[in-house]
Parts: sequence; C-alpha cells; structure tokens
Amino acid sequence: MIDVFTNVFTPSNVQFMFKGLLLTLSLSVSVVIISIIFGTILALLRTYEKRFFGKLAGFYIEVFRNTPLLLWILVCCFMIPYGTIVIRGALALTLYTSAIIAEIVRGGLNSVDDGQFEAALSQGFTLIQTLMYIVLPQCFKNIIPSLLSQVITTIKDTSFLQVVAIPEYTRSGFVVMGRYTNTAEVFMIFTVLAVGYFVICFSLSCVVRSYQKRIEIVR
Amino acid sequence: MKSSNPFALWRWEKLFGEWQMFGEGFLRTIEIAALALILALVLGIIFGVFSTSNNKIMRGISRIYVEFFQNTPLVIQIFFMYNGLAIAGLRLSVFVIGVLGVGIYHGAYVSEVVKTGITSIPVGQVEAAKSQGFTYLQYMRYIILPQTIKIILPPLTNQSVNLIKNTSVLAMISGFDLMYVADSWASSSLDYGPSYVLAGLLYFMLCFPLATWARKYEERLKLNDIARIPFDKREVAVP
Repeated sequence: MIDVFTNVFTPSNVQFMFKGLLLTLSLSVSVVIISIIFGTILALLRTYEKRFFGKLAGFYIEVFRNTPLLLWILVCCFMIPYGTIVIRGALALTLYTSAIIAEIVRGGLNSVDDGQFEAALSQGFTLIQTLMYIVLPQCFKNIIPSLLSQVITTIKDTSFLQVVAIPEYTRSGFVVMGRYTNTAEVFMIFTVLAVGYFVICFSLSCVVRSYQKRIEIVR
Repeated sequence: MKSSNPFALWRWEKLFGEWQMFGEGFLRTIEIAALALILALVLGIIFGVFSTSNNKIMRGISRIYVEFFQNTPLVIQIFFMYNGLAIAGLRLSVFVIGVLGVGIYHGAYVSEVVKTGITSIPVGQVEAAKSQGFTYLQYMRYIILPQTIKIILPPLTNQSVNLIKNTSVLAMISGFDLMYVADSWASSSLDYGPSYVLAGLLYFMLCFPLATWARKYEERLKLNDIARIPFDKREVAVP
C-alpha cells in the first residue's frame, strides 16, 4: 500500500497534476464570467426585444442548448484556424455555457414584476438605467443558486476538453495514468482525480444549499 | 479543381453517399439514451424516495450516491469503467458502459428532482393517508407519487435532454454513437463541416421537441397555479 503511494505521488506527478488543476480552475472561472455577461445580454434580448435580435438570441439559445458540448469543442478546435488550443476550447465552452446561463437569467427576469419596469420608467429612468439599477439586481438575487450550480456543471464540463489534449486536470491525470499498469496505482490516480473534482464541487454545492436556506428564512 | 470551401457541395455529396454510417450511429445513440433513461428513472425514483424516508441509513445511502455522482465529472466515471475496470479484469462492452455510465450519472440528478417533487407535496396529504390506514408503500404508490409526477415532468424532460447530449461522451471511448461516427468521418475524410453540421442537426432533432414541450408544459402549470392562489392563501393563513 505504501509502495503505491510512493510510486504515484512523486514530486513530478504531483506538480504536473496540480498544474492541470490550476488550468481547470482558471478555465472555469474565466468561462463563467464571460458567459454570465454574454448570457445576460442574450436573455435581455430574448425577453424584451421581440423582433430580429430577440429572434436571433432565441435561435442561438435553442441551438446551443439542444446539441452536445462535445460537438462544439470539436468544431471550435478543428475548424477555427486562429488562437491556441486552450483558447479555442475555452471558446467552445463559453458559447455553450452562455446559452444555458441565458435561460437561467431569463427565468430570473420573468420573476421580476412588470410593475417595477413601469414604476422606473415613470420616474424618468432610461431603459438601460432601469435594467442596471432596478431589474437586474432583483433578477440576480433570485438566480444566484442556479448560477452557482451552473458553475459546478462548468467545472465538470471542462473535463470534456481532454479529448482535444488540453492539459487540464482530467487530461493530466490520464497522462500520468499512462505510465502505470498496476491496478492499485491506476485506481489511486482515478481516486485522486475524483477527489479533486469532488472537493471543489461539493464545497460549492454546500454554499448553494446554505444560501438557499438563508433565502427561505428571509422570506 | 474542387473547391476548398469546408462546406463545398462535393463534400456534402460524399457525406450523403455514406449516410448508413450516420444512420447506425444515430440509432445507437437513441438505443443507449433510451436504456440509460430507463435506468436513470429507476435509480432516481428509488433513491429519491429513500432520501425522503424517515430512516437515517436510507437517507445517508441516497445522499452519498447523489453527492458522489453529481460532483465528479461523467468523463472520469466513463473512463473508470472503460480503463480502470478493464485493468482490474472486468471488461464491459462499450454499449454496456454507455448505458450504465450515463444511466447512473443521471440517476443522481433524477433522484434530486424526485426528492423536490415529493417534498413539495403538503405534509397533510401523508397524514391524511396514514390516518386512513395506508402503509408507507401504499401511500407512496397511490397518493404521493401520482401527484409528484405532474410537478416533476418538466425538470425530468430537461434531464432527459441532458442525458441525450451526454451520451456523446461515448465518442471518447469509441462507442460507435452518433458523435463518434461524425468525428471519425470528419477526421478520415477531412470533411469537418458537413459531418459536424449533420451530427448537430440530428442531436437537435432529438432534443429540441423535448425541450420545447417541457417549457410549454411548465408555463401551463404556472398558469394553473396562478388560478389556484386563493386556496393556497387560505391554507397558509390557518396556522
């Protein structure tokens, strides 16, 4: 048993997988931030603009929500001639996540009463001001739990990027695994991978739960 | 000289010459998705009911199952079945891995959906059933689950859309599903454009009707709820 530990946890392996973990985290954070901005714009268009741009946003959301992420990763990585592989992978993930976040934000926008809009406009707020100061703050307060769950999903989704050999956490684990043939050692690496993801995602889901409880108490 | 446009017409002709390959992949995706969905529903209902029971051990088991499978990526679970179990001496066919892997992973999500459905039924219903002499299994079967189904249908349909999309991970372990066929056709003929567009269209055809139906059904449920509000208000006011 101790043999397995010393064989698997060599300094170079640990360093390599830690780098992978850092790439996974930085990828997920940047993807989520860009997706929230882009997804909010899409949701606003789909909810309040019923003509061309609203239809376009609706089309975008439906297309990306109803096709697999893996397809977009392959499309972005094999058909776009610009940028490094990591940037292309992140682009695929962002395009896909934006569509899902747009639907979450749309749910939040629907939960804001129309009267809020009318009141703000009657007080002389412009449309942009109404959205920035009145509607969006209320909307985001309601959807924070769903957004955090989406962050968890995005962290797990980055593992799809291993197909195009982006050295994130899963890929780095599989690369290390290639050097071992012993059952116990391979299982150990699978455990390290699973525990890494589990610790991050589980602590986030605990945050979601405690936040939801607090909201319920306030109500 | 053939056009070098990635979406040139001759590429499409070549692709449709090989349509059987895509047809087989499409059928296999449907088969795996259907079987995995059945497995996910069975696991989800069992563990969802477990998680609302009064027995601490049953609640613990269901909690461990849900947390473990929801918080680790599907890719790792699939590769564990494919590489890890093979090294340990247990070789499963790719088809079985697809059904088991995707089914167990989504079972955890279905279980959460079932749990929220059951807890959204007022406690009074259980008490009334118990006072009439119903056993645990009887009141679950005749009183609680039938009411739950109506509420959980939209999220459940969304889960099945995700399940169909997630069967595409099988492409990573050469599972001969639609995504694998599209990817191998793309890389062997270098016709990336038509191949990915066709795969996307086929997935869209499967998922879009389900997703749209779920949204419409949920909107209708919300309208009904608005019509029912006076009753709710009186119920809240009594205690």
